[in-house]
Amino acid sequence: MAIDTLDAPVIDHERVFERVQRRAWITIAAPLAVIAYLTYTWFAFGVPELLERAQPDRAVILATDSVAYKVHVVKDFRRDEVDVAIEGERTATYAPDDYPDWVVVDGERIEVDLGQGYLVEIAGQTARFTVPGYGTIVSTAVADGVETQLPPGPVPEWLRDDPRKLDARPSLDRRVQVTRTKIEVHNYFGGWENFWFPFNSQLHGMSIGQLYALALSGDRLDPQTSNLWFIVNEFLENPDWQHGHVFVALFETIMMAVLGTITAAAFGLPLAFLAAKNFTPSLILRFTTRRLFDFLRGIDMLIWSLIFIRAFGLGPLTGALAIAFTDTGSLGKLFSEALENIDNKQVEGVRATGASQLQRYRFGVIPQILPVFVSQVLYFLESNTRSATVIGALGAGGIGLVLVETMKTSRDWENTTYIIIMTIVVVIAMDQLSSWLRRKLIEGK
Amino acid sequence: MAVAALEQEIMSLRKRRQLYSLIGVLLVIGVVVSGYSKSNSMNSGGFFQGLSQFFDYPSEIVVEAWQSGPAFFGIMAGFLPAMLETLNIAAVATLIGGALAVVLAMASSRNVDSWGPLIPVTRRLMDITRAFPELIIALFLIFILGSSPVPAMIAVALHTAGALGKLFSEVNENIDRKPIEGLSACGANWLQRIRYGVMPQVAPNYLSYFLLRLEINVRASAILGFVGAGGIGQELRRTIGWGQGAGDETAAIFVLLFITIMIIDQVSSYLRGKLVGSDRAH
Repeated sequence: MAIDTLDAPVIDHERVFERVQRRAWITIAAPLAVIAYLTYTWFAFGVPELLERAQPDRAVILATDSVAYKVHVVKDFRRDEVDVAIEGERTATYAPDDYPDWVVVDGERIEVDLGQGYLVEIAGQTARFTVPGYGTIVSTAVADGVETQLPPGPVPEWLRDDPRKLDARPSLDRRVQVTRTKIEVHNYFGGWENFWFPFNSQLHGMSIGQLYALALSGDRLDPQTSNLWFIVNEFLENPDWQHGHVFVALFETIMMAVLGTITAAAFGLPLAFLAAKNFTPSLILRFTTRRLFDFLRGIDMLIWSLIFIRAFGLGPLTGALAIAFTDTGSLGKLFSEALENIDNKQVEGVRATGASQLQRYRFGVIPQILPVFVSQVLYFLESNTRSATVIGALGAGGIGLVLVETMKTSRDWENTTYIIIMTIVVVIAMDQLSSWLRRKLIEGK
Repeated sequence: MAVAALEQEIMSLRKRRQLYSLIGVLLVIGVVVSGYSKSNSMNSGGFFQGLSQFFDYPSEIVVEAWQSGPAFFGIMAGFLPAMLETLNIAAVATLIGGALAVVLAMASSRNVDSWGPLIPVTRRLMDITRAFPELIIALFLIFILGSSPVPAMIAVALHTAGALGKLFSEVNENIDRKPIEGLSACGANWLQRIRYGVMPQVAPNYLSYFLLRLEINVRASAILGFVGAGGIGQELRRTIGWGQGAGDETAAIFVLLFITIMIIDQVSSYLRGKLVGSDRAH
């Protein structure tokens, strides 16, 4: 044998050379192909136009708005009144004797101190806006528009002087607008306003200690309910933040994921036996089950959700069924592979004791695939929590739909930020829960 | 004596175990039953009422598709560019996300001599990018960049970086360290050790996970199109929004999507089977 190998070497140098050359070609060609493809998509996606059209200022406004709130001071000429309100909302209007310190009303004159030397004085229909380092802008609302006098020199970028409207925003957190009908001053503050309780609630501005004392005290704020319940209710019913609404939506999303995954596992396991070679000798049955799995998976969650939304309307049931249908296919396929891979010796051992078919499955097969079963189901639960938010956005309800709706109205970005944070917290919590359960159940730690 | 005590001990342990299993099963059944009844009441349409309507919509679009006859294939061909766009989103996102994932994985496993202080940082980074649902990033970027495939691509790529990074670093944990030690013995620097000691070991597994992710990302890109990111999803939203009359177009998209996903599924599972050296892969 040794002489044979000497006569005809298995590895001759030409073949080695050829292989090395082919490798070298691949090393050069593969990155070039990737670069060519990326260049093609760069133009196919229209990235150059996109960069032109992009509105980075929107990102800045968004970032500011999501961590800040503004207080509007509005002088309305038609109704001849002054309103000081958070975000200009009717439900969060300050009473005339309770204005914040930076607004001083003295008869017809209003002084708004925006800090750091920025000062707005409103007298009649004229606003005088003093900007440090620039000068004083004087703007008067007249019958057909706005008459503005600017300090001498070039007009800065933050100022839009139009015969119909003056819009001055010298810094991100101060803004003055004058139109024919009103003068509006916005003053921005950091934080989320009225997060816990609505502005006009009795509980507004209370500290945790005060709330705790109130919850324990016997004097009821509302004679109908206990104080603790009153506090919880005021919090959940907060009209600006809609905590109750958000919590229900989150609950719906979790329910979709949990129900969908459990249902998929419950249907996937028995079907997997039908698709496994060593349990189902019938080729037709096996083939049909496997194609069923492919079909369920191939239709995709997107299409299933759209069909279920048509049939069952909006709600967690729709999402749960869409997840269940898709994942019955995926889990069934995984389980059937696990079943084909089991060690037959255990089954034979159980059979030797005279066990029936059912007992053989229970004591010979199930213990072998249980770890795969549990860990895959938990992995799917994890990823389905994310999927459930997406299905929700398609119209099935839950937090996804709430998020899309708040974003569409783009009324208040802090609301959107709040929902995003809550969603991510829930997703991370489900991840942690599933990996904890996996450790506990499989490794026994 | 001792044997009897031991037997009793085993019996009691077994009983306790059975009790726990029973409690667990009952818990799951309880969750399912109460969950379904609860979600049935929360849903705008009920289950049994919906069940009778379940086949209405599919049969409606099938009938419309049937009526359009051979022209149906023409409609399907008309949606090919949109399908291509969705595939492009998925492919670019997987490429970029995969490249990021390789970097993250190499920086986050002790086994390949990553820089110690960097390991927890990159691991948390991967956790965070994985936790963000693609939808949120996509919606956010659509708001800033306008409706286009790029937001979806970035969103999917970020998620891919986190998800693949974790899988890749798990692969890294299981490699044989001897080639690395051999290389460092002859003075190779870190990059050379990664290139000649680690990459040849992990490349087949990386490629296999990469293909699996591509499969998942095609589905994700189709869904993101539905919220305004372009591609086949956007077309689907248009035809579904028209209600009556566009059933043949909707059916064409469904069929096209189904065929594409099936092809990608089969090709990728065949390739993965070859890569990891067995006839089945998951």
